[in-house]
Amino acid sequence: MAKLTLDTLRKLREEQQKTMVKRDPSNKDVHVIVGMGTCGIAAGAKDAFNSIIDELDAKGVTNVLVRQTGCMGLCHSEPTVEVIVAGMPGVIYGNVTKDVAKQIVQDHLIGKKLLDNHICDKPAIDIIHK
Amino acid sequence: MHATVCDIIADLVQNSIEAGASQVTLEVSTDPERIGVCIVDNGKGMDEITLKRAMEPFYSEAGKHDHRRVGLGLPFLIQTAEAAGGAVSIQSTPGRGTTVRFHLDAKHWDTPPMGSLAQTVLGLMTFGNTTNLILTRKTPAGSYEISRNDLIDALGNLEESGALILAKEYLESQENDLEQSNLID
Repeated sequence: MAKLTLDTLRKLREEQQKTMVKRDPSNKDVHVIVGMGTCGIAAGAKDAFNSIIDELDAKGVTNVLVRQTGCMGLCHSEPTVEVIVAGMPGVIYGNVTKDVAKQIVQDHLIGKKLLDNHICDKPAIDIIHK
Repeated sequence: MHATVCDIIADLVQNSIEAGASQVTLEVSTDPERIGVCIVDNGKGMDEITLKRAMEPFYSEAGKHDHRRVGLGLPFLIQTAEAAGGAVSIQSTPGRGTTVRFHLDAKHWDTPPMGSLAQTVLGLMTFGNTTNLILTRKTPAGSYEISRNDLIDALGNLEESGALILAKEYLESQENDLEQSNLID
């Protein structure tokens, strides 16, 4: 891969955004939050994060919001990924491997179906912001 | 213990962001003999007693996770450095910030693999809404510098998957270029 400059990056982004405008904008209210505390890092949450980005790239989905956060209080089920899609229940998935992360993109984000076998409880009460 | 050096870096930079730093500089230097990392933040810092406790296992600052105290980030670093022929130094001043420096012997049996710095830094760019993370990367054959503000300026909202995909390509292209330059040399 040739070394990219910031100018090239800017141009690529402009082209990408022009394409995005023509596509279905319904993904703009989709949030994917990957737990990346010490427990998450140790359990391989980076693989889950990268798998989500790679699958979104492969499917041409460019307007889902993805970010990392600290420990969500579910250390026993790391890696954990919270998914918020307008019109669907907010869920936290646990034990998210690279393959499960790919499935989250395919089934939940695109197919709008929950992955019932991987749903965890809600975040621990001490980290729910009042 | 964390599986890679990049996992250690991720843990430490998150500490800086969670300490309220508006700016974190991460310098990573690698050559065939040595891995050197320096993380400087302008977060709230620690007094001497807190710093001493933070280096012990299972200490976590009150308010971070009140009912779960993991607190293994710094102990993992210290354990890794001791095992891998390296050293750690941590300086901190309340109200001014913290500097964590460590180096590892790149050829030591117990030095963990480096991991993917591009992927690690990409994730850290999305952790925390306002912290400007500045990466300075140095090798014998070349170097580069990039900041979160630079990427936001070029790409807009970094949390959008489209921006993340391009940021990942950018960071990987910088690392690949360094790898190629160092192989030629």
